[in-house]
Amino acid sequence: MSETARVINEPWPSLPRQREAVTFAVWLFLATEVLFFGGLFLGYTVYRWLYPEGFLIGAQETDIVYGVSNTAIIMTSSLTMAVAVRAAEQDMRRMVFRCLIATALFGLAFLVVKGFEYYDDIIRGFVPGPHFPLHQTGAELFWTFYWVMTAVHAIHLTIGIGMVATLTVLLHRRKLPLVSPAYEGVALYWHLVDIIWVVLLPLLYLIGRAS
Amino acid sequence: MNPFVYFSRVSNEAIAVDHIFFALTALSIVIVGVVFLLLLVFSVRFRADNPVHRRKPPRIFEYIWTPATFFLFLFIFWWAAANQLGALDHPKDSLDIHVVAKQWMWKVEQPNGVREIDEIHAPIETPVRLVMTSQDVIHSLFLPALRIKQDVLPDRITYLWFTAQKPGIYHLLCAEFCGTEHSRMTGRLVLMTQPDYARWSRSQGPSRGLAAQGEKLFRSLGCSGCHGPNSSVHAPDLAGVYGREVHLSDGRVVTADEAYLRDSILKPGSAIVAGYKPEMPSFAGTVGEDDMVKLIAYLKSLAGHTTINQQGERR
Amino acid sequence: MTDAILDRLPQAKQPQTYLNEGYTLSSWLLTTDHKRVAILYALSITFFFFIGGAAISLVRLELISPNGMMLTDEQYNRLFTLHGIIMVWFFLVPSIPTTFGNFLMPMMIGAKDVAFPRLNIMSWYIFVIGALFTIYALIAGGVDTGWTFYTPLSTLYANGSVIAAAAGVFVAGFSSIATGINFIATVHLQRAPGMHWKRLPLFVWSIYATSIVMILATPVLAMSLLMIVAERWLGMPIFNPANGGDPLLFQHLFWFYSHPAVYIMVLPAMGVVSEVLACFARKAVFGYTAMVISLMSIAVVGFLVWGHHMFVSGQSQFANLVFSFLSFIVAVPSAIKVFNWTATLYGGRITLKAPMLYAMSFIGLFTIGGLTGLFLASVPIDIHVTDTYFVVAHFHFIMVGGAVSGFFAALHFWWPKITGRMYPDNWARIGAMTTFLGFIVTFMPQFFMGYAGMPRRYHVYPEQFQAYNVVSSVGAVILAVAYLLPLFYLTWSLRYGKPAGRNPWDATGLEWQTTSPPPKENFDRQLVVSAAPYDYENT
Repeated sequence: MSETARVINEPWPSLPRQREAVTFAVWLFLATEVLFFGGLFLGYTVYRWLYPEGFLIGAQETDIVYGVSNTAIIMTSSLTMAVAVRAAEQDMRRMVFRCLIATALFGLAFLVVKGFEYYDDIIRGFVPGPHFPLHQTGAELFWTFYWVMTAVHAIHLTIGIGMVATLTVLLHRRKLPLVSPAYEGVALYWHLVDIIWVVLLPLLYLIGRAS
Repeated sequence: MNPFVYFSRVSNEAIAVDHIFFALTALSIVIVGVVFLLLLVFSVRFRADNPVHRRKPPRIFEYIWTPATFFLFLFIFWWAAANQLGALDHPKDSLDIHVVAKQWMWKVEQPNGVREIDEIHAPIETPVRLVMTSQDVIHSLFLPALRIKQDVLPDRITYLWFTAQKPGIYHLLCAEFCGTEHSRMTGRLVLMTQPDYARWSRSQGPSRGLAAQGEKLFRSLGCSGCHGPNSSVHAPDLAGVYGREVHLSDGRVVTADEAYLRDSILKPGSAIVAGYKPEMPSFAGTVGEDDMVKLIAYLKSLAGHTTINQQGERR
Repeated sequence: MTDAILDRLPQAKQPQTYLNEGYTLSSWLLTTDHKRVAILYALSITFFFFIGGAAISLVRLELISPNGMMLTDEQYNRLFTLHGIIMVWFFLVPSIPTTFGNFLMPMMIGAKDVAFPRLNIMSWYIFVIGALFTIYALIAGGVDTGWTFYTPLSTLYANGSVIAAAAGVFVAGFSSIATGINFIATVHLQRAPGMHWKRLPLFVWSIYATSIVMILATPVLAMSLLMIVAERWLGMPIFNPANGGDPLLFQHLFWFYSHPAVYIMVLPAMGVVSEVLACFARKAVFGYTAMVISLMSIAVVGFLVWGHHMFVSGQSQFANLVFSFLSFIVAVPSAIKVFNWTATLYGGRITLKAPMLYAMSFIGLFTIGGLTGLFLASVPIDIHVTDTYFVVAHFHFIMVGGAVSGFFAALHFWWPKITGRMYPDNWARIGAMTTFLGFIVTFMPQFFMGYAGMPRRYHVYPEQFQAYNVVSSVGAVILAVAYLLPLFYLTWSLRYGKPAGRNPWDATGLEWQTTSPPPKENFDRQLVVSAAPYDYENT
C-alpha cells in the first residue's frame, strides 16, 4: 500500500488512473513520433520513385551483415524489455532488474555495431558531399537518407538507453516500486524504436538485394 | 501616380480573373455587411436594459445556412475551377521566349536570339509562352497586368502562357522571396503591336538565331559525334524528336518536351530510349542554362527538316 | 449573496492563492502549478510580442518611402524574417493555449491540475531553450530567409544564422508537442464527475482540437527543419536540385505543418469568443453541437489543404484542383461558427464590456479574413494575388484580427480571475476600439495594394503603391498605441484595481466558482457537474 502511495503523483487520485494516463500519453507521443519519421519516409518514397536505379545502386553499398545483426540485437532487446514489464506486473524484482540491464546492454551493443558500420561507411567514402563515390543520380540522396534515418534512430535509441538505465538505477536504490507505470511507458517507447528499425531495415539494407 | 491606374488589364484572361474577383468582392461585402449589421442591431436591440420581448433563434436556421454555405462555396469553386481549366487550353503554336532567372536579374532570350536583361518584349494578339528556369534559388515571375505568376525553379522548366491585347509597358516582378535584392529583381514587360515587335526585333542588331547558336554548340560539345546522321555510335536520331512520343526502356512513354530534352542532356541515365544503351555522359556542369536554351532551340528547329512518324521511322 | 459577503471577509485573514503560495524565485521556476506555468508563459510571450512588434514597426516605417530611407536591403529582410519567426512560433502558436489554456482549462473541467504537472513546467523550459537559440540567431546577425525557410535559398544561398533559427523553432516545437499531449490527456482523464464530453465548455473543446493539431503537425515541421540543418550544416543533399533533390518537397513538408499551424492559432481564439459571447449576451451559445463539430472538422480537414500555398509552385494542375476544393470545404465550418456566434446574440441581454468588444471585433475581422480566404482558394485569383500584400492582409486578418483579438478578449475576460483585480473598463473599451480601428486602417489598404500587384517582402517598391503604404503605416501607429495601452492600465490594476471577487461577470464556468486569484488546489472541494455549460438563462 505504501509502495502505491509512493508512486502516485499529483493530481491523480488512484494508481490505475495514473497508469491509464501515462500509457495514453505515451501512445500520443508515439503518434507524434510516427509523423516525425513520416517526414523522412515521405522524402525517401518520393526520391526512390524518382530515381529507382540510383537508389538500388546506392543501397547495394550498405552492409547487410551489420544491418541484420543489429536487427537481431534490437529485437532481442525488445524481448527482454517485454519480459521486464511482465515481471514487474508479477512483482519479480530480480527478474525486472536483470532484464532491464540486459535491455540497456543490447541497446549499447546496437550502438557499438552501428558505430563500426559508420566507421566502415566513412572509410569507404559514403558520406554525401563533393567526394561521394557514386555518380548515378539518386545514389547520393539514398545515402543522405541512410545517414539521417539511422542517426535519428540512434539518437532515439540513446535516449531509450538513458531511460532504461535510469529505471535500473532507481529500481536498484528502491526508489521506484514495481507498481509504477514508468516501466510500461519506457517499454512502449522502446518498442517503437525497435519497430522503426524494423521499417528501416528493408528500406536501407534489403532493397539492393531483392534482385 | 493615381494608384488605380495600375488596375490596367491587358488580356482577356486578366479580365476573366477580374470578373471572379469583383463578384467575390461583392459577395464578401454583402456577407460582411450583414454580419456587421446584425452584430450592431442585436447589440442595440437586445442590450441588457432594453425591455423587449426575447425569444430564442429558431434551430431551423442551422439547417438552412449549413447547406446554403456549402452549396455557395461549391458554386464558387466550380466557377473558379472552370476558369482554371479553361486557362490550361494553350495554343500549340506559341512564340517561345526563354527566361532564365538568377539572383537578382531576369535574363531573357527572344526566339531570334536577341538577349534582354530585366525586360521582355512581346507582341500582342499572339500566343506567347515563357519557358523559364532558374540558376540558383526559387524565383517567381509575376506579370500583374496579365494577372499571372509562376514560380521559376532551379533545374526544372516551368511555363507561363499569355495572349495580350493592349500594347504598353507593364511591371515584371519577382514574387518569391529570393534573397537580399529580391525587391530589386524587377523589370518591364513591353507589349507591342505585331509590326512594332517585328521592327524592334530587326533593330536589335545582327544576331544569330537561337537555333543557329544551338547548332554550333551541338557540334562543339560533341553531341553530333553520336547523334549526327553519319555517326557509327548507336544513339537516337534527334531529328524531329521535339514533341514526339518517346518509348523508354522502362516501359514509360513520354512526350519529348523541353523538360525531357533538358533532363536527357543533364541526367541521361534517367530516361533511356527503348533499344539503346545508357552510355551518354551527363552534361551537368558543362551546359549552363543559357546554352541549354540554345541547344533546345536547335533541337526544336530540327522538327521541320524530316518527317517522322510515331514509331520514329523515317518516311 | 453569501458569496459577496464572503468576498469582503477575507481582508481579515489573507486567503491562500496561487500567487502567495511562495515568493521566492525558485517557487516560480520550479513550480508545477499550471497557473504559475501559465504566468511564466505569459511573461515570455509578451516579451516576444513586443520584440516582433518592434521589428515590424521599423519595417512599416521604412515602407513609407518607396525607395527605402534608413535600412539596407539586408536589414529590411532580416527584420521581416525576425517578425515572422518570432510572431508565429514564439507568440501566436503558444499564445492562448499555453497561457489561458494552461491556466483555465484544468479549472474549467474541475481538475486540480493538468495531467502531468512536471511535464508542463518542462515544456516551458524547452520553450525557453528554443527562444534562446532564436535570440542567439538574432544577436548573431539575424536570418533573411523569410519565416518560411524555403530551399534552396535557406540551405545553399542565405548567409544569416539559419541553423540557429531553425534549431530554435525545432526545439520550441517539442514544447508544443509536450503541451499538446498534456492537454489531451488532461481533457480525457481529469474531468470532474458529471463533466461529460457534451458538457465541456467550447474553450476546452477548442484547446482539445488545437492540441490534436499540435501533436500531429509539429513533428513534421521538426523533421523538415532537421533536413534543412542536415543540408546546410552537414552538406547532405536533400532538397538541392543539383543532386536530384526537389525543393518542392520541402514546401510540402513545411506547409503540412504551417497550414494547420494557422488553426493552432485561431481555434483557441474561437473558443475564447464562444465563452465571452455567451457570458455578455447572457445566453447559451447557439448550436453547441454544431460548434463542436465544426471545431473538430476544421482541425481534421485543416490537415488536407496545405497545397493551396503552392498553386504557382509548379505542382500539378490536378493537385491544385483538389487542394482548391478542400480549401473551400474547410471554410464551411468556419462560416457556420460565424453564423452561430451572431445568432447567439439574438435575444440576449447584451452588455458591451471590453472583452465583449474584443470578441465582436474577432467576429468581424475573422469574417473578412475567412472570406478573403475564399479568394485565395480560387486558383485563378490565387495565381494573381499569392505572394502579394493581398495574402499578407488575409493572414493578418486571421492571425491578428482573429487570434490576437481572441487573445485580448481572453486577457480582459479572465484578468479578474487570474489577478483578482478589476481593470478600468472604460480604458479597456477605448483600447478595444482603437485596436479595431488601427487594424482596419493597417490591413485594409493591403488588400487593394496586393490586388494591384505589390509583392510581399519588398523593400523598395513601385511608386504607385506609396499611398497605400502610407495609410497602412499610419494604421500601424494606431495599432501600436492600442497594443501598448493595456500594458499600462493592466499594470495599474494590479496595484490599484478593485478586488474582483469570485465572479465579477456572473459567468457560469467552473473557473468562476472559486476565489480570485484561485488557490493552488483550484477548488476547496471536488466539484460535481450537473448541467450543460452556458446555463445563463436560468441564473
